[in-house]
Amino acid sequence: MKGDKILVHCTVNGKETAEYVDPRESLLEMLRNRLGLTSVKKGCEVGECGACTVIIDGETIDSCIYLAVWAEGKNIRTLEGLEKNGELTRIQEAFIEEGAVQCGFCTPGFIMSATVLLERGETLSRESIKKQMSGNLCRCTGYQNIVNAVEKVMKENEKAASPDKKKQQEDRNGR
Amino acid sequence: MYDIEEYYNAGTIKEAVELLREHPEARIISGGSDVLIKIREGKLAGTSLVCIRDIRELKGVKKMDSGDIYIGAGTVFSHIVNDQVIQENIPVLGEAVDQVGGPQIRNIGTIGGNICNGAVSADSAPALFSLNALLRTADGTGGRTVPVRDFYLGPGKVDIKPGEILTHIVIPEKEYAGYQGHYIKYSMRRAMDIATLSCCVISKIDREKNILEDIRITFGVAAPVPFRCTRTEEAVKGAKVNEALYQAIEDKVREEIHPRDSWRASKAFRLQIGGEIAKRALIRTAELAAGGERR
Repeated sequence: MKGDKILVHCTVNGKETAEYVDPRESLLEMLRNRLGLTSVKKGCEVGECGACTVIIDGETIDSCIYLAVWAEGKNIRTLEGLEKNGELTRIQEAFIEEGAVQCGFCTPGFIMSATVLLERGETLSRESIKKQMSGNLCRCTGYQNIVNAVEKVMKENEKAASPDKKKQQEDRNGR
Repeated sequence: MYDIEEYYNAGTIKEAVELLREHPEARIISGGSDVLIKIREGKLAGTSLVCIRDIRELKGVKKMDSGDIYIGAGTVFSHIVNDQVIQENIPVLGEAVDQVGGPQIRNIGTIGGNICNGAVSADSAPALFSLNALLRTADGTGGRTVPVRDFYLGPGKVDIKPGEILTHIVIPEKEYAGYQGHYIKYSMRRAMDIATLSCCVISKIDREKNILEDIRITFGVAAPVPFRCTRTEEAVKGAKVNEALYQAIEDKVREEIHPRDSWRASKAFRLQIGGEIAKRALIRTAELAAGGERR
C-alpha cells in the first residue's frame, strides 16, 4: 500500500476539492503543499502551538496532527477563506487596530480560533476568552492585545445584537 | 509525512476487530493526538494503523432506560463537555475533560484514547475511577465488561487484548445518582499542560443528618496507575461533615498515596498538594450537596 494515494473529497473554503493524498500525509501538508494555502503555518508539528489551526465542520483542530485522509467529506476553512472581495473580517481588522500582530506567524491560527469563538455568538468573560484561545501560542508575547481584540469584537457584536438575542444570551448565562 | 507502514480504515466495530486480527502488529488510532505524536517522536515510528474514527457506533453519549450512561469510546472531549446528559447527570466528568490540553486537542482527543493509552495523568481517569465506571470491549465474540479499576495494569499498559477494542464506557446509575463530584487538576499552567497531581472526589452526603454516607477519592499521578484511596474512604464513611472530617481526609490521604519524585515535582510537594486538593475537592462536593451552584 505504501505509495498508494487515496482520493479525498472535501470542501475547502467553500470550494469542492478532490485531491489524491498519501495516507501518511497530514492535513497541514495537503493544505500547504497541494492547495497552496500557506496561511496554515507549520510550527511545532505536535499539536501544541496552534499555528496550523483550521476549522473543520465548525470546530478548530490542529491540522499538523490530523491525517489528510480524515478530511474526506469534511468542510474545511482556512484564513484564506475569510476575506470577501478584498475585505477583511471584523476580527482581522480588530487584530490590526489592537496591535495584536507582531511577527505574524501565530496570527492565522489565532484568527481561526477567534473566528469560531465569535461565530458562536456568545459574550465571554476575559478569563473564558483566554481559556478558549489557550491552544494557540504567541512567542512575541502579544497575548494581552490578542485578548483585547477578541473582547472588543465580542462587545461590538453584543451591542449590535437585537434585544431578543440579548435575552437568549442572558438566559444561557443564567442557566 | 508520518512514518506509517500500513494504514487500514475500519467503518464498523466488526471491521475493526477483523483488521486487528489480520494485522496483529497494527495499532489502533482514533483522534490521533497521542498516537501521531508518538509516531513523530519516533516511539511508534514505522507502525501500522487501524483507524477507528469513522465508526459511528463509537460516538456519542446516551442515557439508557435503566439510568445507566453509555459514553462511546470515540466521543471527543469537547462533545462530552457540551453534552446535556453529562451536564445533568455527571457534570464532574465534563469538568474534568474540559481541562485536557487546549480547545483544538479537546476537539480531536477521545475519552477512549485517554484511557487506553494508560497514562496516569489522564484527566478522565480520576473521575471514571470515582464513578466506578465499567468498560465494554468488543473482540468479535461478545467482548468483555471490565471495571475501570482493573483496566490499568501499569504505566502505559491497559487490559486490552490483541484484536480487542474499547467500545463504551458505562456509568451505572447507582454510582452517580445522589452523588456530587469535583475534580482538581494541579498543573504548572492552566492550559496545554498535564497534571502534576490530580484528584477527583465523589461524595454522597445525607443533608438532614449531615453525614458522609459514601465517598470515593481517586488520584492521578500519585502512583503508577490512577489510585483509589480505599483506606481513607473506609475510615471516613459515616462521619459528620465538619472541619474534623476535612482535616482527617487531608491527613489520611497523605498517608495513603505514594507519589514519586519526578522532574515535574518532588514527592514531598506532591504529598503536600495531595492532602490539600483532596480536602478542597471534598469541601466543594459538600457545597454542591448543599445546593451550591456549579461554576
